[in-house]
Amino acid sequence: MATATPAVDERIAQTSTLTRLLKRPEIGALVAAIVLFAFFALTTDAFATASGASTWLRGASTIGIMAVAVALLMIGGEFDLSAGAITGFTGLVVGILTTEYGLNVWAAMLVSLALALLVGMINGILVMKTGLPSFIVTLGTFFVLQGIDLAGTKALIGQVAIQGMSNVPFYDSAKSVFGRTIQIGDLNLYVSVLWWIAVTVVATWILMRTRVGNWIFAVGGAQQSARQVGVPVFATKVGLFMGTAFAGWLVGMLLLFSTSTVQSNTGVGQEFIYIICAVVGGCLLTGGYGSAIGAALGALIYGMANQGIVYSGWDNNWLRAFLGAMLLGAVLLNEWVRKRAEAAR
Amino acid sequence: MSDQKTVEETTTSEPAARGTVVVEVRDIGKRYGNIIALSDVSTQVKAGEVTCVLGDNGAGKSTFIKILAGAHQHSDGELLVDGEACTFSSPREALDAGIATVYQDLAVVPLMPVWRNFFLGSEIRTGVGPFKRLDIDAMKKITKDELAAMGIDLRDVEQPIGTLSGGERQCVAIARAVYFGARVLILDEPTAALGVKQSGVVLKYIAKARERGLGVVFITHNPHHAFPVGDRFMLLRRGKSIGDYPKSELTLEDLTSMMAGGAELESLAHELQSIMGEDSDVAAEMVAEAEST
Repeated sequence: MATATPAVDERIAQTSTLTRLLKRPEIGALVAAIVLFAFFALTTDAFATASGASTWLRGASTIGIMAVAVALLMIGGEFDLSAGAITGFTGLVVGILTTEYGLNVWAAMLVSLALALLVGMINGILVMKTGLPSFIVTLGTFFVLQGIDLAGTKALIGQVAIQGMSNVPFYDSAKSVFGRTIQIGDLNLYVSVLWWIAVTVVATWILMRTRVGNWIFAVGGAQQSARQVGVPVFATKVGLFMGTAFAGWLVGMLLLFSTSTVQSNTGVGQEFIYIICAVVGGCLLTGGYGSAIGAALGALIYGMANQGIVYSGWDNNWLRAFLGAMLLGAVLLNEWVRKRAEAAR
Repeated sequence: MSDQKTVEETTTSEPAARGTVVVEVRDIGKRYGNIIALSDVSTQVKAGEVTCVLGDNGAGKSTFIKILAGAHQHSDGELLVDGEACTFSSPREALDAGIATVYQDLAVVPLMPVWRNFFLGSEIRTGVGPFKRLDIDAMKKITKDELAAMGIDLRDVEQPIGTLSGGERQCVAIARAVYFGARVLILDEPTAALGVKQSGVVLKYIAKARERGLGVVFITHNPHHAFPVGDRFMLLRRGKSIGDYPKSELTLEDLTSMMAGGAELESLAHELQSIMGEDSDVAAEMVAEAEST
């Protein structure tokens, strides 16, 4: 046995940057995103233009913020099916409190945030205390939220969508944070894209460079082992559910202030899209492995496919078939990567 | 060894001088209601020595470890750490007293890199406030150095720990316990699930831990694994101690025969012979073993 430890081990010196890159969980999504971009850029006229990019980036951004949060949760070994409904719920709370009850828009946003975090906390505590699969627990909160969104909104304002939002005092100050667009050359960039990038950067920092990131991988990979070495499993998981709820609130605000309205069914049905994006980005369904950048790329793929299909003049229901095929491909790829990572060399 | 210096600097507690008794149990016992799981067990764990606890399944080995590890409290007798009687009310307390337990499942996360596993739950951080981050370089270096000091030379501490062999994983768990200040290491059947070669590797690391001045409690049911590395042997059968011997008073044959219970082994060997036939290898081996005792 060698006892000296040279600074660079001769046996790993040969590993090229390319080989290292190929081991990253998000590599599949990166390749798919490039291929998809090239395909639509070559086959359609509108896709690779500034206005085209503005549209598909916008579509990808709100999905992307949620996909990144859901990816963190999935790496931590849990699902959140209420993640879609919460985006509508938070927007509706702000809309109703301001238009119907005249509350200051910033105060309403704080109330909405507190409620969202509460929902996340309830999800987390229920999952951890009961030991039930998060799939079932959050399916429950999903339906509760959906019911509140639809019936509660109708009961309080007699309609199914928020109206008159843009006349609310201080609406413009909130819009400048969540709903504005920024002109960069020809590109009309929605501010949600910047939020998407910020969320991805912060999530990646947390995952790869902080203690909490270590804990997230550990609770998803082997919860019992994590507990034995002193990882605060309960706090980590509840925190992840609250993180997803926070992302839901952020997206709710972005949707509300960019369109100045929100429907009572907003976000419903999107929860699986988030999961698909996270899986396409390299997250394992079983937890313990994945990447935030990958989930952001997964959302980019979704956004590009969504708009590219429209530009190509195809029936946009093909999007569903495309997503399903992507999901299956990604799951198979991820399983293969995981087996290689776990198997002895 | 050039690495030894950094290792000693980073180890949190100094091991006691070789040969001093770190942990001693006197007539210790454990009752669950009216069930006596363990009774009248006495032995010592000295710094720089390996105390082997041998016994067949159900002999009370797990109860014994759990008392030392703080998972259970003894109901009879005394547990002395550094000469003072004490009772651990939680695994954390045992850990704070420098007694670390490496369980069979090792408490590792297979998909995480070796260095992240090594520091899981006790990460080293650098920076201030919200920018407090993992000190990745330091942790990688310490992991590599600590493993090298145990004689494990890893290609890359970035590889998932699941890619290591069972023996190597066991060794990472041991190295981790040592680094985080263990003076006494309890190893729960570390060779049970391993093949011959891997078991040999683990035995080597047990010897290495002893060399570094740790007291080791090595639980096993295999006298062939215990004898080469052990300095003291405590045998359990049906919840009772059937002997506590230093190595000088014992041969491997004595140990094997006591483990199986000489007479019992002999009758089992003959029974096996009548079932499997005279020329069966297993039966012949057992008869030879029984006769040699």
